[in-house]
Amino acid sequence: MLANDHIDLVVEPGEVHVLLGENGAGKSTLMNILYGLYHPDEGEILVNGKPVKFESPSDAIRMGIGMVHQHFMLIPVFTVAENVMLGLELTGLFGFLDRRRASREVERLGKEFGLPVNPDALVESLSVGAQQRVEIVKALYRRAGVLILDEPTAVLTPQETDELLGVMESLKRAGRSLVFITHKLKEAMQVADRITVLRGGRVVGSTLPGQSTEAELAAMMVGRAIRLGVDRSPSKPGAAVLDVKGLTVRNAHGQVAVDDVSFQVRAGEIVTVAGVQGNGQTELVRAIMGLDQVASGRITAAGRDVTTSSPRETLASGVGHVPEDRVRDGLVGDLSVAENLVLDMYYMAPFAHGPMLEPAEIQRSAQQRIKEFDIRTPSPLTLVGTLSGGNQQRVIVAREFSRPVTLMIASQPTRGLDVGSIEYIHERIVQLRDQGDAVLIVSSDLDEVFALGDRIAVMFQGHMSGPFDSQLYTREQVGLMMAGSSAEAAPAKGGGESA
Amino acid sequence: MSEPIPPKPSQNRVVSVRDVIQRVIAPESTTWNSVLIVVLAFFTALVLSAIFVVGSDPNVIQAPDPLTALNVAWLDISGAYGGLLSGALGNPSTFFSKVGSGNVKVVASAFYPLSETLVAAAPLVFTGLSVALGFRAGLFNIGGEGQVIAGGLAAGFVGFSLHGLTGFVELPLALLAGFVAGALWGFIPGLLKARTGAHEVITTIMLNYVAIYLTYYFLSTKAFQRPGRTDPISKIVDSAAALPSLAGVNLRLHAGVILAVIVAIAVYFLLWRTTLGFEFRAVGANPDASRAAGIGVGRVVVLAMSLAGGLAGLAGANIILGVNYSVSPGFSSSLGFDGITVALLGRGNPAGVVAAALLFGGLRAGAVQMQAATSTPVDLVQVIEALVIMFVAAPTLVREIYHIRAQRSAGAPAVSTGWGS
Repeated sequence: MLANDHIDLVVEPGEVHVLLGENGAGKSTLMNILYGLYHPDEGEILVNGKPVKFESPSDAIRMGIGMVHQHFMLIPVFTVAENVMLGLELTGLFGFLDRRRASREVERLGKEFGLPVNPDALVESLSVGAQQRVEIVKALYRRAGVLILDEPTAVLTPQETDELLGVMESLKRAGRSLVFITHKLKEAMQVADRITVLRGGRVVGSTLPGQSTEAELAAMMVGRAIRLGVDRSPSKPGAAVLDVKGLTVRNAHGQVAVDDVSFQVRAGEIVTVAGVQGNGQTELVRAIMGLDQVASGRITAAGRDVTTSSPRETLASGVGHVPEDRVRDGLVGDLSVAENLVLDMYYMAPFAHGPMLEPAEIQRSAQQRIKEFDIRTPSPLTLVGTLSGGNQQRVIVAREFSRPVTLMIASQPTRGLDVGSIEYIHERIVQLRDQGDAVLIVSSDLDEVFALGDRIAVMFQGHMSGPFDSQLYTREQVGLMMAGSSAEAAPAKGGGESA
Repeated sequence: MSEPIPPKPSQNRVVSVRDVIQRVIAPESTTWNSVLIVVLAFFTALVLSAIFVVGSDPNVIQAPDPLTALNVAWLDISGAYGGLLSGALGNPSTFFSKVGSGNVKVVASAFYPLSETLVAAAPLVFTGLSVALGFRAGLFNIGGEGQVIAGGLAAGFVGFSLHGLTGFVELPLALLAGFVAGALWGFIPGLLKARTGAHEVITTIMLNYVAIYLTYYFLSTKAFQRPGRTDPISKIVDSAAALPSLAGVNLRLHAGVILAVIVAIAVYFLLWRTTLGFEFRAVGANPDASRAAGIGVGRVVVLAMSLAGGLAGLAGANIILGVNYSVSPGFSSSLGFDGITVALLGRGNPAGVVAAALLFGGLRAGAVQMQAATSTPVDLVQVIEALVIMFVAAPTLVREIYHIRAQRSAGAPAVSTGWGS
C-alpha cells in the first residue's frame, strides 16, 4: 500500500514545522521513516546536507533525531532518571550505575527547557503530561537536534497543551528543530513557523501560518470546504427529559466525585458540560447510565426514575450513550463491525428471536448503517478494533443514534477525531436535537462546548455551575470557570478570581 | 512501504491471563495460515521427537560404524512412527485383506486402531470444548480435572443406583447427572469470581484437589463402594445406563463418540447463533464495553463457568458410562488438563477442538501399539504433544524456520519488534 507518495519535507534549524493531516493521511508513516522504523522504497533523507540511511531507530538517534511517540515508551516501575538514561547508562567506578549524575542531568535539562520533572519519581506515579515531559527530556538527553512529536496534544488537557506549546517555544529558541504532527488547527496556527499539509500520502500544500486561515487549512486537509462551526437554529426546548436532583457520586476510592449536582436537560435542546478531565464529569455520566452507584440524589430519565437502574434498564428506557473511552467502554475490538453495531440491541427483535440470533438481519442492518453513517470499513465482518479512531466513533454513533431514544448522552464525542469526522458527528447531534431529543454532551474541548451547546454547564471539582444560556458567557469566561473561577466572578470582572 | 506495520505497543500494562487468552483465540488465528502453522508445528515436533527415539536405543551408539548407526537409527524412527500410525489408523497393507476375510472378528481387528482413536478422542472433545468455551468468555478454566471427576462420580452413581429403567430413560439421566455435577463444580468458581473477584485460575485448581479427595471419600461409602471390596472402587453401572456400543463386542467404539460430535456442533451454535453466545464473546473480549452496553457481566461469568464445567462433566460421564463402567480413583487421567492443550491447539474453536482431539486421540491410541511393536516407550507421545504445543505457542519461530511471511493484521504478533529507545 502506498502510504507516502513522493513527499518533500525540509525542516530548518530552530523552526517548528507542523505536519497537518487527517487520520490516515500518512503523517505517522512519514515520521516512522525519518525515525528509522520503516524503510522508504524510494527517495532519500539528508541530515545537515549529508545523505543518510537509517536501518533502525538507533541510527536515527545517532544522527540527532528524537521522537516522542503517541504511546509513551517508558518503563512504569523505573524512576524518571532511570528511564532517561536507559540504553545510555551512566556508570561510575566498577561499572555501577551513577544514578546521582543521571538525576542531576535530568534536572539540568528540565531547568534549561522549562520541563519540570522530579528525576527520582516513579514514572507510573506521574500524570500523562509529566510522562510526556519525561519523553522529551529523554530525547534531549540523547542530544536530539530534531525532535518529532507525534500528536502530542491528543492525550493532554487544555492546560497541559498550553504548557507543551510553551516548551516547544523554548526548544526552538535553543536552536532545536521540531516536527509537530497534529490535526488540530488552532495548535498548528499557534506555534508553527511553517505548515505542511498531507492528504492521502501526498503533500497538498505548504504554507506559513500568517498566510492561511484555519478554514483554508481545514479545506486542504479534507480536500473540500469544511464548516468549522455548526449551522443551527435556536433551540425550541420542551419538557425536561433528564432531571438530576442533588446527585452525589463517590469514586472507587470513596472520594466524592460528583457533589450535590442538580440540572435538567429538556427535549429539543443540547446541554454541554464543560470541564477539565477529572472534575467529576466521567462519574456524572456513569451514574446516570447506571454504571456507577449513586450515593445520594435522584435521576429521572425519559420519564422513569433510573437512580438505581442497571445499565440495561437505563438504555432500554430510551437513553442513548456514547461513552467517553470508546476503546474501553464503547466497542468490543475483537468483534466485527456488524456485531458492535448491535452491542446493546442484539437481544431485541429483529436481531434476535427468543434465544436465537438472526445473523442475516444483523448483517443487513449493518450494511445499511455502514452506508448511512459513512463508516469506512472493508466489510461488516471486519474487526472493529482494526478501524481508525474516526471510523470506530462512527460505529458507536451509528449504533446509538439508530436506537429509538429520547435522551442522548455523549461524552467527548469527537476527541482525537479528524476534522471531517468532527463535522459529521456534530451535524448528527444537532439533527437529533432538531428531531426533539434531549442531548447531554460532556466535553473538555471549548470549541465543541460552544459549537453545540444551547446551554452550557461547567464542572469543577465535582461541583456544577449552570447550565446557563450559551450567549451569556464568552469562551474565556468559561475557560476560567473550568479552572475554578466562580460563575459570578467570571463575567463581572472578565478575569480570574479563585472561587 | 513494504514492511509489516509493527504492532502498537500496549500502554504501560502488565500482560494478564485475559490477554493470553485473547491471543490464543484471536480472530486471525482461524485463517488457513494458522492451520498451516499447526501442521508445520506437528511436523517439526515429529522431527525433533525422532532424536528421542534414536537416543533411547543403545544399539545406535554401540554400532560398529556410522553407517550401521544411521541404519539402526532409521529403523528405529520408521518403526516407531510406523507403529504410531498403524496404531492410530490401521495398517494399510493388511487392512483390505482383513476386511475382505468375511470373519467378523478379523474385520473388527482391521478397524480396531480407528475405534481406539475415536474412543480416546471423545472425552478430549468434551474437555477441550469446556476450556474453549471458557476462553471465549475470557475465563481460563483449569478446573476441568475436578469437573470431570464430579461428572464421572454423578453419572456413575445414577448408573449403578437406578434399576429397572430402559436405556432411553436411564442413560439420559446418567448423562444429565454428569453434566449437572460438572456444572456445579464450575458454578462455584464462577460465582466466586462474579461476586468477589476471586480469580478462576486459583479457585478451579483448588477445587480439583477437593474433587480428587472427595472421590476417595465417596468410594468408601456404602452407596458407592462395590460390595465385598475393600479397595476404592464403585459398583458397576447398569447396562441400561451404559453408552451403547456402536460396532459390536469386539470394538470399544461407543455412542459417546457421536455425542461428542453433537455437543461440539451445539457449542458452535451456542457461541455464534444465540444471544447468550454473543454475550459470552462480548464479555470475553471486553467486559467494560459489554457492561456499558447493558450486558450483565457477572451473570455471564457464572453461566459460562457452569456450562464449561458441565461440558467437562460430560467427559467424566463419557469415561464411566462408555469405557470403565465403574468409578475408581484416577479415572480422569488428567483429561481436564489435556483439555487445555486441545483447546489451545484448536484455537478455542469447536471445529478446531474436534480436530485437535482426534490428533491427540490418535497419538494415544497409536502409542500403545508403538510400544508393543518397538522398544520405543509410550512417553514419546507426551514429548510430541508438548513440542506441538510449544511450537503452536511460538508461531513466530515456526514462520522463521519455514520462511512463512507473517500476515498483515493489526495487533497480531505477541512480541513487538525492538523499537523504543
